[in-house]
Amino acid sequence: MAEVTMKVWRGDANGGDFESYTLTQNEGEVVLDVIHRIQATEAPDLACRWNCKAGKCGSCSAEINGKPRLMCMTRMDQLPEGEVTVTPMKTFPIIRDLVTDVSFNYVQAQKVPALLPPPMPEGGYRMFQEDVERGQEFRKCIECFLCQDVCHVIRDHEDNKASYSGPRFFIRYAELEMHPLDQNDRRHLVREEMGLGYCNITKCCTEVCPEHIHITDNAIIPLKERVVDVAYDPVAWLGRKILRRTNRSAADADVQPAP
Amino acid sequence: MTDYEHHEYDVLIIGAGGAGLRAAIEAKQRGLSVGIVTKSLLGKAHTVMAEGGMAAAMGNVYPEDNWKVHFRDTMRGGKYLNNYRMAELHAKESPDRVWELEQWGALFDRTKDGKILQRDFGGHRYARLAHVGDRTGLELIRTLQQKVVSMGTDVYMECKVLKLVHDADGRVAGCVAYWRPSGEFVTFGAKSVILATGGTGKSWKFTSNSWEGTGDGHAMALWAGAQLIDMECIQFHPTGMVWPHSVRGLLVTEGVRGDGGVLRNSEGKRFMFNYVADMFRAETAETEEEADKWYDDHTAGRRPPELLPRDEVARAINTEVKAGRGSPHGGVFLDIASRRSPEFIRRRLPSMYHQFMELAGVDITTDPMEIGPTCHYIMGGVKVDAETAATLAPGLFAAGEVAGGMHGANRLGGNSLSDLVVFGKRAGMGAADYVESGQAATTLDMGEVEAAVKEALAPFDRASGENPYDIQRDLQEMMQVNVGIIRTASELEFAATELDKFTERVKNIAVKGGRAYNPGWNLTTDLPAMLTVCRTVTRGATLRKESRGGHTREDFPAADPAFAKFNFAHSTNGGNWDSPIDTVESPLLEMPDDLKALLEEDH
Repeated sequence: MAEVTMKVWRGDANGGDFESYTLTQNEGEVVLDVIHRIQATEAPDLACRWNCKAGKCGSCSAEINGKPRLMCMTRMDQLPEGEVTVTPMKTFPIIRDLVTDVSFNYVQAQKVPALLPPPMPEGGYRMFQEDVERGQEFRKCIECFLCQDVCHVIRDHEDNKASYSGPRFFIRYAELEMHPLDQNDRRHLVREEMGLGYCNITKCCTEVCPEHIHITDNAIIPLKERVVDVAYDPVAWLGRKILRRTNRSAADADVQPAP
Repeated sequence: MTDYEHHEYDVLIIGAGGAGLRAAIEAKQRGLSVGIVTKSLLGKAHTVMAEGGMAAAMGNVYPEDNWKVHFRDTMRGGKYLNNYRMAELHAKESPDRVWELEQWGALFDRTKDGKILQRDFGGHRYARLAHVGDRTGLELIRTLQQKVVSMGTDVYMECKVLKLVHDADGRVAGCVAYWRPSGEFVTFGAKSVILATGGTGKSWKFTSNSWEGTGDGHAMALWAGAQLIDMECIQFHPTGMVWPHSVRGLLVTEGVRGDGGVLRNSEGKRFMFNYVADMFRAETAETEEEADKWYDDHTAGRRPPELLPRDEVARAINTEVKAGRGSPHGGVFLDIASRRSPEFIRRRLPSMYHQFMELAGVDITTDPMEIGPTCHYIMGGVKVDAETAATLAPGLFAAGEVAGGMHGANRLGGNSLSDLVVFGKRAGMGAADYVESGQAATTLDMGEVEAAVKEALAPFDRASGENPYDIQRDLQEMMQVNVGIIRTASELEFAATELDKFTERVKNIAVKGGRAYNPGWNLTTDLPAMLTVCRTVTRGATLRKESRGGHTREDFPAADPAFAKFNFAHSTNGGNWDSPIDTVESPLLEMPDDLKALLEEDH
């Protein structure tokens, strides 16, 4: 059996370095299998996050040979021959080894005004497949945060994190905007507070999405169009001034501030 | 005594899957303070793995469907070992729980007239499963997660609970846990605690469960004074991947069969026609022609045998493989490619298409899948009151997979997601009522906290000892071989003595490295729970000298009516993971005559 050398970044917030592990390669293995074998033998304290090992939970995000990917869906036999490097996601603070502090995303999630549907009629809502399909594409998101990791707005500019919610949440806002039942309006919020304008549609997020969601084409660009419509429409502007329309739903009244 | 970080809640929920999140919403809506503790990140719980759908008799596709038929199907599927009252409440309340999800943002697939579409699954008389392609669990957890977050609920992520803690009067008063990122301990005081910790499949070698399925809640409930029932009833899902080896056990949704997929052996034969038990003969098709008519119109023919309950199908596959008619990698073939168009398959089963293409290099629109049984679900669990989800330990409630009774000896596909929301809500209500009744617990017994902390840290003090990963691997292999799908007295006896040896090995683990995010240490804290659960499973399997649902005995191959009257209930006096376990026969609830009549009716 062929051997493979894994160069795995090990360390914590104070710094670290690559450690090399050489193992035999087994048929059909993914990167996560090899990391698990390292854990089970040489390094039981090697920290990595994982849950489902089937590309459904989005826990095992890392950078493999520098590319943001899920370790559980990256087959060893499809990587180029030679050493394989595995590093933690760069955009988020290191906790230990391959585990990063992704709480930025959970803070962003708290800022999303919830769905505001009309009262449900007897026998349930009526919605049509072609209308729910647009939102369903975005709801495939497994929250692996690879799109957040690769987005240069926050990958290269730490200070942007305060005013930018990132591609994962742009698809969430797009989903709510396109939701057949939603009566809320988040367009002003997305433009003024979530930093939609920072995105210059380089499509890096779309390229790394393991669910193949068309983040840029189907969510961000339509969202930009809708936001621009409301921002530069004089009637809508006047309406906002007069009615002081809020973006919040009743369910948000007790949203707790971000920790 | 050490000062620990400490938090107080009216209702503390352990586990953040479907049941835990639904319970949190309920308790929060009652105006109580609610904390959720999860050992993973929010939104990663095993609920995301559920694929096919959630069962609810809404009657959107077949107006003939109603709660009575759903109740009947659930009881028959469970081989009548169910807590009938749970099955009844579940059948009555699940439609409302599905509709409620839509109000919180879920987007289910639709019928042509805009209602929620429902799909066929094994053991369900009518197309009954609300679904989103084959990623229904993700939709469920994301919807509940977003609702919980919008309500401002405190969630403690990557925080692993070690043990429940009582107050001076013996009521459950909270728990002791540790933060995985830092390794620091933390205590939670609570007037009531809801366990929603899921299952325990990680004790078997071939499993669809993630690392989290270590039976923490089952074990903690037992240690805290509650009872476990039906632990011998383990569901081996008929269709798990068998190749490549590294993904062996990964789930292939029953939706493949619901949407027209069939099982074939190495001779190309649809073998399930040979395995129709008497109980299901009247409602199962006799020929391929009859079965194939049924997919389009359930009145034109009877059900295909591929859609028998999971226990029946898993045993049949096992028999075919043993008889030498298996596939090259030791499974059988699941074929939808020859029966449905590539467009249909990609639209209805997108995750399965993706999963086989990327992990096995198999295109399921052109080639059959190789599949075999995989440990998937435990029907057994904490004995609870159907209405309130209260356990026998005062102050402790349980919902979801960790609770027992709802599914009897075998769970029907689709009944799990609905179980989570029906009994998650009921646990939230039960805990809230308990808190408001004023009988709730007071302060934590710090002696129990200190003992748990000391035990958790002991493996760091041993200069030499065993690697926890070796013990886990050996345990999984031992359980797979001796307490697997088909069981027999001699193997169960052997397993019981092996489990005693594992207990000694766990006491000799040495952990390498520090406390911060150390998976080896985390596994070390899982092993006591895994062993407690394995001991109750083995005990129950030894005592149940018959075959029923998810418990099959080679030496007692038939169901025995004498065993249909009770569950085996386990408890312990010692409260520690290595304390002796007592087992008694616990009579089933007596079913009222009007419900009994439903079981016999030909709907």
